[in-house]
Amino acid sequence: MATATVANHDSAAHDHHDHEHHDNFVTKYIFTQDHKMIGKQFLITGMFWAIIGGFLSILFRLQLGFPGMDMSFLRPILGGWIDEAGALDPTFYLALVTMHGTIMVFFVLTAGLSGTFSNYLIPLQIGARDMASGFMNMLSYWFFFLSSVIMFISLFIKTGPAGGGWVVYPPLSALEQAIPGSGLGMTLWLVAMTCFIASSLLGGINYITTVINLRTKGMSFSRLPLTIWAFFLTAVIGLLSFPVLFAAALLLVFDRSFGTSFYLSDIYIAGEALPNTGGSPVLFQHLFWFLGHPEVYIVLLPALGITSEIIATNSRKPIFGYKAMIISMLGITILSFIVWAHHMFVSGMNPFLGSIFMFLTLIIAVPSAVKVFNYLTTLWRGNLIFTPGMLFSIGLVSFFISGGLTGIFLGNSAIDIQLHDTYFVVAHFHLVMGSASFFGLMAGVYHWFPKMFGRMMDAKLGYIHFWLTFAGVYLVFFPMHYIGIAGFPRRYYSWTNFEFANMYTDLNMFVSVAAIITFAAQFIFIFNFFYSMFRGRIASLNPWRSNTLEWTTPLHPGHGNWPGEIPTVYRWPYDYSKPGAEEDFIPQTVPLSATPESNLPHEQELVKLELEIMKEDEEVLVANESKH
Amino acid sequence: MYGFLIGVGVLLLLSIIWMVYRIQTLVSVVKGSDKKVASGSNKVNAVLFVLFLVGTGILMFWYSIKEFDNYQLPVASEHGVITDQLFWITMAVTGIVFLITHVLLFIFPYKYQYSEKRKASFYPDNNKLEIIWTVVPGVVLAGLVISGWMAWSDITAPAPEKAHVVEIMGYQFAWEIRYPGADNVLGDYDYRLITASNSHGVDFTDKNSIDDFSSPKVVIPKGEPVLFKIRARDVLHSVFAPHMRLKMDAVPGMPTRFWFVPTKTTAEMRIELNDPEFEYEIACTEICGRGHFSMKKVIEVVEPEAYQKWLSEQKTFLQMNPALAEGLPTETKELAEIQLKGNK
Repeated sequence: MATATVANHDSAAHDHHDHEHHDNFVTKYIFTQDHKMIGKQFLITGMFWAIIGGFLSILFRLQLGFPGMDMSFLRPILGGWIDEAGALDPTFYLALVTMHGTIMVFFVLTAGLSGTFSNYLIPLQIGARDMASGFMNMLSYWFFFLSSVIMFISLFIKTGPAGGGWVVYPPLSALEQAIPGSGLGMTLWLVAMTCFIASSLLGGINYITTVINLRTKGMSFSRLPLTIWAFFLTAVIGLLSFPVLFAAALLLVFDRSFGTSFYLSDIYIAGEALPNTGGSPVLFQHLFWFLGHPEVYIVLLPALGITSEIIATNSRKPIFGYKAMIISMLGITILSFIVWAHHMFVSGMNPFLGSIFMFLTLIIAVPSAVKVFNYLTTLWRGNLIFTPGMLFSIGLVSFFISGGLTGIFLGNSAIDIQLHDTYFVVAHFHLVMGSASFFGLMAGVYHWFPKMFGRMMDAKLGYIHFWLTFAGVYLVFFPMHYIGIAGFPRRYYSWTNFEFANMYTDLNMFVSVAAIITFAAQFIFIFNFFYSMFRGRIASLNPWRSNTLEWTTPLHPGHGNWPGEIPTVYRWPYDYSKPGAEEDFIPQTVPLSATPESNLPHEQELVKLELEIMKEDEEVLVANESKH
Repeated sequence: MYGFLIGVGVLLLLSIIWMVYRIQTLVSVVKGSDKKVASGSNKVNAVLFVLFLVGTGILMFWYSIKEFDNYQLPVASEHGVITDQLFWITMAVTGIVFLITHVLLFIFPYKYQYSEKRKASFYPDNNKLEIIWTVVPGVVLAGLVISGWMAWSDITAPAPEKAHVVEIMGYQFAWEIRYPGADNVLGDYDYRLITASNSHGVDFTDKNSIDDFSSPKVVIPKGEPVLFKIRARDVLHSVFAPHMRLKMDAVPGMPTRFWFVPTKTTAEMRIELNDPEFEYEIACTEICGRGHFSMKKVIEVVEPEAYQKWLSEQKTFLQMNPALAEGLPTETKELAEIQLKGNK
């Protein structure tokens, strides 16, 4: 193996004078401009945040499942937030909920998922040496890192982190008098999110530019793997929606610090009438959800893209309806911008607007349904290999269905009156957005780990991890539907004040226990990940026998990805189990002219054209050689 | 001591798991199963999918049926009957889709698990199928949306003229109630007028406010339209009356409203549920700070006659606290006094 690396390095140095460099530790692992390393940086940081975010959820699940329990044992970590009697502080409970949401949505499922795989896979799967701008890519990570540091610090300050819910609706988030977390904690939240938005935009611009400009020869848009389509559209959504969040945050900063009244009006708090008039809290909600709803698809689309790729590979079948999948994703991308106000049916906005958004919202269910049916048909009559990545992908489809269907209730404004801000909503989005995207992330890690680190993750540990997590997620979130139908409101420290909600202590306890077990199961993955990184079996070059370009690189691709020429692409990425072919996969780099036995009639017609192009290329190559 | 023993126990357990893990890895290397495309685990996973389907399916049906009366809150408003109906129709439609897709999703892994003898069928697309499963969900959803839209339009239509007005104001962390009195028109308010004795900020220079009164609970008549006028004093709150299927945010600076017709008195509900303690409740469903979980208000639904009687017994703000009339123009003051005398 060592010799192989040396040989690769030699040939790379030989063929690419512009890529010859001598990395030291800092330029290789820290301020790196190699998209692969940046992807790994995003992944590790995302894993760190996932553990923090998960841990916070365990803390408030303890409160909800075992109200009145003595939490003194948590005092070493939580300090003054546990009172004399050993009870969790209700303000800190809200801070926990807020930070759990913020961390999971932005730091884990946006940066950890999109950041990792867009960076890692785009150049490898489209056949590019690196991102369009390695420097911007590096900046993207370091803005994210800065954002992470600031958000992490906010967890430890005296008045606690932001506590107004992850949606940070003003006036609660604007007034320190209303909740202590709206003081310094909220300031840090806003600063951190500003850095985060900068990071997302830098990354997004890069992804879009790279996909449009740096595709290798033959890699037309109609030959892109669905992963790349997904990352591309995700970046477009992010680029168009994150600036709106920035605008919303900026106006909030003005209201908080400079006495403006964008969101504040007619407020009497802490024995004092504030001077602000004319602002509208509903304006913030519109601006927030203009990002907030597309954000759902920012975390979901990459997961769906990853799943498409993994399910096709491990079913040994082409993805069913490649074009329909792309059209669905395009539909979702466009529709995601015009459904935001379904989060606001009972916010006091004009009910007529509610009617419009109800129609638009239920339209978006159609492309989602098409995707599900296509996944099912891909599995149908396949030859399924259950790698851990495949298991997580199937799990994702299951969550996507379960959580997606409850969206049909919530998108219907008449039904939403009762369900809005109850645990039904919690169950809905944790399945469709949280768990589905998380499973996409996991599937991606298991599937591309051999490429990332040149070693295999342990499959059996992966199976155990999958089944514990899959069952665990359902045991946590499925019962919440019952609790939600019964009308239990969200973000409640306890429900004992209300007769209508003074039940289901048993079910809540069950949910909490399931959550703790599910959280604990993630450490199987953490162990597997780090152990396999150093001690796992050495991977073969194409362990899943996949068609896409990344598997044509050396085991440890250097900066520049391919020693020698970048491979040319001759076909779409889903030629699995093609009738007539000897193997059950034909990589994208195999010319049609080399596989006359398996070509379809319309492909046979293309062979001639292909041969002509190849001949021309050869002439150019020879001409170049002679110049040297 | 116990801590030490537990620590040793955990350590032992971990090392055993570690040994098992190493042994199974070595065994698989020796057997060469790691070289195969799909090892024996493939079958195990395939079977587990079916077991998961059956197991969770049974669990789901059993619990849904057993707990039905628990999670299905009794409904006590006219529009609530309709939204509940929509909810259950949607549940039926999505439930069928849920079952069919999941049966397929978990049976396929078993049925089509890897076999060296078989080759997957090359089936890249079928436009007819795509059109079918675009159009069918589209039509079904259109049906659901249109019925939802009709219900929504009725619910959010302007309240009938004769609706009984009740003002609900949210603040950290309680609700305050104001009734418009005999004229059924609430007096003006201004948040700058709020003081310890005038927590609503009622503007008593407005003649309509003279007969306004406050109440510790929401009392409303059965069978007659009631209009909640909702506002907030400090941050966002949300009025949620689960039995009424009613929810509307309370927004500082922007009054909101929700009207409905209660269908069962508190007394009737107590008999129906066989719970003499039963009360209709209002909770807050928009995060509003530390006491978010404790913003409770009781609604009492009574017969219309009892409601009229109750109304006539209430004392206005000015009767409760004559000091509020201080500083008002004499004209208004006199009007207030006349009205007060007239009421008696």
